[in-house]
Amino acid sequence: MLSVEEINEIQNEIKQYPYPKVACIDALKIVQQHRAWVSDESVSDIAELLGMSAEEVDGIATFYSRIYRQPVGRNIILICDSVSCMIMGYESLYEYLSKKLKIRFGETTSDGRFTILPNSCLGDCDNAPAMMVNNDHFNRLTIEKLDEILDRYK
Amino acid sequence: MERPLTQHIISDTSVRNLENYRKVGGYSCLQKVLKSMTPGEVTNVVKVSNLLGRGGAGFPTGAKWSLVPMDTVKSNLPKYLVCNADEMEPGTFKDRYLLEGNPHQLIEGMIIAAYAIQAEKSYIFLRWAYKKAEKVLRTAIEEAYSAGYLGNNILGSDFNLDMHVHSSAGRYICGEETALLNSLEGKRALPRAKPPYPALNGLFGRPTVVNNVETLSWISHIVEKGAEWFKGLSLTGTGGTKLFGVSGKVRKPGTWELPLGITFRELLEEHAGGMIDGHKFRGALPGGASTDFIVEEHLDVQMDFKTVAAVGSRLGTGTMIVLDDKTCPVSFIHNVEKFFALESCGWCTPCREGLPWVEKMLSSIEEGTGKIEYLDLLSFSAKYMSPGNTFCAHAPGAAEPLQSGLKYFHDDFVKHITDKKCPWR
Repeated sequence: MLSVEEINEIQNEIKQYPYPKVACIDALKIVQQHRAWVSDESVSDIAELLGMSAEEVDGIATFYSRIYRQPVGRNIILICDSVSCMIMGYESLYEYLSKKLKIRFGETTSDGRFTILPNSCLGDCDNAPAMMVNNDHFNRLTIEKLDEILDRYK
Repeated sequence: MERPLTQHIISDTSVRNLENYRKVGGYSCLQKVLKSMTPGEVTNVVKVSNLLGRGGAGFPTGAKWSLVPMDTVKSNLPKYLVCNADEMEPGTFKDRYLLEGNPHQLIEGMIIAAYAIQAEKSYIFLRWAYKKAEKVLRTAIEEAYSAGYLGNNILGSDFNLDMHVHSSAGRYICGEETALLNSLEGKRALPRAKPPYPALNGLFGRPTVVNNVETLSWISHIVEKGAEWFKGLSLTGTGGTKLFGVSGKVRKPGTWELPLGITFRELLEEHAGGMIDGHKFRGALPGGASTDFIVEEHLDVQMDFKTVAAVGSRLGTGTMIVLDDKTCPVSFIHNVEKFFALESCGWCTPCREGLPWVEKMLSSIEEGTGKIEYLDLLSFSAKYMSPGNTFCAHAPGAAEPLQSGLKYFHDDFVKHITDKKCPWR
């Protein structure tokens, strides 16, 4: 069931558009903001609120790369794997992170602390290599910087 | 040298508020427009200025606006103005600078553009990763509402406009203007068939103009200072300065506002500081990942829409990705094609099937298991993903770095295949 807070936030978005189902992507983002990912139950709840079928909502949810339809860790690391970041060495950073956390792209650490995902691009090409952890941007990355950044996220 | 768009951006950390924007003359153009200009007069100034869209395609902005019906037939109302702030092209980061640095310049431009086409609702479709820009924009829009620049009866006129930020949920295809409209309607971001063009049948089936951030940021300056002033800013007569950017192994990667028509060499050597020691220039994608390579022999070409097109590439977004001699060109192109393959919306066959095929061949060449006949197959694929063979511009964009890469780096491809390994590993 959606919380009162989630419903209120979704209703606020609906006001910006001529009819409710237009707010579908906003609704998915709002639910994800509160629950870290979007479960089957949440898909059905959003569908009911917006007057859509669950299948239609799921078709939209699975199209967009920043909507998660599987459980994720408490913190999401998005490594930019675009060409600018490749030239500047994202691959060695990824290998380092992957070894340190013992996970590959798409996986979550066994303690649920981190999920690591590839992403192209973060719009930080002049400061490559770049990554995001949750909503925070980091750039001009080095292995030393990575250690320090990870420590901030529990 | 004038830098109208960026002169008031002091540093990327100082977020501009309304008070500061007004101190440098902000919103005075809007005042003038609402008091003394008709919508047609505004459109005409923009048309005469020959402002070409800064999102990558370079379509004339005034011509786009002129297609919007100006009658008051009910089926044509309400009309919409949409700002494309999706900026998802790999290697592109210029709009971020304007969004974070001078949000009111964009908002004022949007209000004037909306007045010109008589739209009453406007949306900013924002790249999902631009969290700081989102905050800056939301604050600036609130300020604009409280000051009476947005809402009903703007500055005492009978013009009304609402503005709303929609932060995206990812996918490169959202930057394609009709896919963007579908996404803004809450649907999967599939491009639409054209015609009908958005100017007649756009958001929610109503007349809609979609313009890029940099394009809209120009509007107040052009209307204020005139078309002739704008034309004089460029070295080639096209009109205006442009945000150019450089990433890769250069000494000072970054973004700068410079006259249209400066040469690649000037951008690369003077502004980006030349190559990092020990690295040589081999080529560059001049306007984002979906543009054809330029190489050494093109460095004295002027960066303008026509002149770059004349040497077989595109100005695109004006943000250049540099390939150096320590980076493998095959792996560079493989990275780009993998991106396009992943981001295909899957609607039409050349794109959905062709791009993964291309990606697999490039991957095996890079791994040392490629065959010489792959080179012909790659050229074949690039040819059949070109304009006219696909539903939208996604696959043709992907074909550009591929076809030009095969031409300029042919020997490197062959060496991978004959040596059965990547010479750079």
